[in-house]
Amino acid sequence: MSLLSEEKDVSDSKNDLNSSRRQILKGMAALPAVGLMAPRAYAAAATSAVNTTGLAVTDTTVTVGILHSITGTMAISEIGAVEGEKLAIEQINAAGGVLGRQIKIIQEDGASDWPTFAEKAKKLLVVDKCASVYGCFTSASRKAVLPVFEQYNGMLYYPTFYEGLEQSKNVIYTGQEATQQTLAVLNWLGKEKHAKTFYFIGSDYIWPRTSNKIARKHIETALGGSVVGEDYFPLGSTQFASVINKIKLKKPDVIFSTVVGGSNVSLYKQMKAAGIDLSKQLLIALAVTEDETKGIGAENIAGAYTCMKYFQSIDTPENKTFVAAYKKMWGADAVIGDPQQAAYESPFLWKAACEKAGSFDIDKIAAASPGITMAAPEGEVKIHPNHHLWSKSRVARAKLDGQFEIVYTSELIEPNPFPKGYQ
Amino acid sequence: MPNGTTFLTRSGWLNLAILAIFLLVVLPLVVDPFRLNLVGKYLTYAFVALGLVMCWGYGGILSLGQGCFFGLGGYCMAMYLKLEASSIENTKIQSTPGIPDFMDWNQITALPAFWVPFKSFPLTIIAILILPTILAFVIGAAMFKRRVGGVYFAIITQAISSILTILIVGQQGYTGGVNGITDLRTLNGWDIRSDHAHTILYFVCVILLIACLLLAQYVTCSKLGRILVAMREKEDRVRFSGYSVANFKIFIFCLAAVFAAIGGAMFTLQVGFMSPTFVGIVPSIEMVIYAAVGGRFSLFGAIYGTLLVNFAKTSFSESFPELWLFGLGALFIGVVMLFPNGLAGIYRSTLDPYVKRLLGSTPRPKSADPSVSQPAE
Repeated sequence: MSLLSEEKDVSDSKNDLNSSRRQILKGMAALPAVGLMAPRAYAAAATSAVNTTGLAVTDTTVTVGILHSITGTMAISEIGAVEGEKLAIEQINAAGGVLGRQIKIIQEDGASDWPTFAEKAKKLLVVDKCASVYGCFTSASRKAVLPVFEQYNGMLYYPTFYEGLEQSKNVIYTGQEATQQTLAVLNWLGKEKHAKTFYFIGSDYIWPRTSNKIARKHIETALGGSVVGEDYFPLGSTQFASVINKIKLKKPDVIFSTVVGGSNVSLYKQMKAAGIDLSKQLLIALAVTEDETKGIGAENIAGAYTCMKYFQSIDTPENKTFVAAYKKMWGADAVIGDPQQAAYESPFLWKAACEKAGSFDIDKIAAASPGITMAAPEGEVKIHPNHHLWSKSRVARAKLDGQFEIVYTSELIEPNPFPKGYQ
Repeated sequence: MPNGTTFLTRSGWLNLAILAIFLLVVLPLVVDPFRLNLVGKYLTYAFVALGLVMCWGYGGILSLGQGCFFGLGGYCMAMYLKLEASSIENTKIQSTPGIPDFMDWNQITALPAFWVPFKSFPLTIIAILILPTILAFVIGAAMFKRRVGGVYFAIITQAISSILTILIVGQQGYTGGVNGITDLRTLNGWDIRSDHAHTILYFVCVILLIACLLLAQYVTCSKLGRILVAMREKEDRVRFSGYSVANFKIFIFCLAAVFAAIGGAMFTLQVGFMSPTFVGIVPSIEMVIYAAVGGRFSLFGAIYGTLLVNFAKTSFSESFPELWLFGLGALFIGVVMLFPNGLAGIYRSTLDPYVKRLLGSTPRPKSADPSVSQPAE
């Protein structure tokens, strides 16, 4: 039929003649390919149907982005997340991909630098047209890319436990927000350890300050306890001698630490040297995962408690399969912390959303995401309408071998990024 | 041709024309809006590099703390934009609507007094120009009057930018802390996030940059410029001739600070946020590298150097996300070892003589070019 109309064009001009001939040739060349494509086309819906917004989706592939720092100070934490995401994407591809399409990855380096994150996020969305992006770690990097994702309508999967106070159509938060993590451990402390006095120490940025704000309210109202001290240190600080003296003076039931990153190495070494014995003194280290323990030295932190949704030592078949697959891909020495597992979940959650929506379109995925469940290594998780995950919190104690012994597992906790009464 | 008094030589005008055509015509035509916005961002660093050529190349004052002025300018602009973005409707969800979101998270319930002037656009513009000048003046007066110079001055400027970073990070309720001031949307109701706005801001940025370049050129070819070069070469001799060395140094340092602040303000407008990562030591040193790669005695070189280094940074990091830092390092080492006068040095020794001959002037180095008399340092 189209040939007829093209014949009409032939009389118009030479250029049209050439172009129509080219089209005919192209059409003929495609004939054998159509034959080959047939079985695949049977499995996969037409690209025009699953992608109405111009994302990088072809008949056989779909492009996604990974945006983490693989250089700079955050690299040590974020490389683990990249590993988790790549493992998940490989497994999805091996199982047939998403809507019949293999996932292609474009990776960019955020370089531990927030404007670079924003620049690269824009590139992934505007130039590469990524159907989803897995990335960011620190709150600052997320805050830097959020306007970009909202402006260009992208979909970001963010794997870190964070302070909450945020909710966006364009982000799925696969880590826990502050109330899920903080309230669970405080309730446990009140009930099991009858703790009344708390000393807060933290790195000076938004996550520790918000977590402590929530914790203080909960301690004073729900637990009937008190906060006897609250001190913050610049990121990367290594001097904790004065606060250790203050802690020894106040003798709190619990030291509640939200110190992050490299500072932890100095903190626990100096505490040990000052004679604080973690087998007697209760200490909650909210930002210490298996990964950080490697840097701190297991002997310096053994005995401390932490609260996360995932530990490598979770004893379920799903987790054992996950740990084995992770070690197979990234080496037998690999340790897996909470954000790595959350990063691993992300591509699966995206896949489920695409399949539920029958489309790669961002708006449809955003709408389809709530209610999606997954049997993750951490156990069953479910996406809440506020784009955070229902998840269990676990309190665990650091052991001498660098692993954690789980002492308490909560029920599924509803995510509540804007907690009323805690603001 | 009288030495040092011509505003721009013939080849200088040619250079200016080439630069203007390149930035105002060629790039906007060739590059897509996303990349053009990136170029705009790079050019904001070129303001700092221009200032560094003035105070380091001409005045011999190496400042490793220009990020501090860049940051001040950027933060002033960001505070204005943030207040505009934090209207009562936009911030209904907060416990105290109408104040920036990070203040609300930090239990601050009223707008701090020092934020109030930033509700006004004219006052913001004045602040962008005046605050860095005052800071530079205070630093300059404290240092140069006491004849602190050289390495000591470099270290002190570094310390000051470090102090400012710590201050901003520590006072997160008032400054946004490590996250910086984010999610800036409109300038007087005009959406600065659209491609159209980015293109306009790009042109504004280029025009301001060229204006700063001309101002700098004017200073360097005036009598003042020659005193600066003389001061750099033999400070004592200038002092014994009756000039107040310190005042000249303070002036040039303040000028560099204002350039940096304008760059910072343009940065905030084009990138849409400001954070303490631009204030600290690392960005300050990076900015010195731009000037070094471009050639620290050449105003044009500073602009090309900034563009080159940033292009390299972006393209290396897109092509080799795991190895790009090494590539960038190699570029710096290569340029500094092989071409101590940077891009401008290469141009001067290869192309410049031909250009001069073509233009009909005698093939000798540019009159306002101070590097000729400059022994290797």
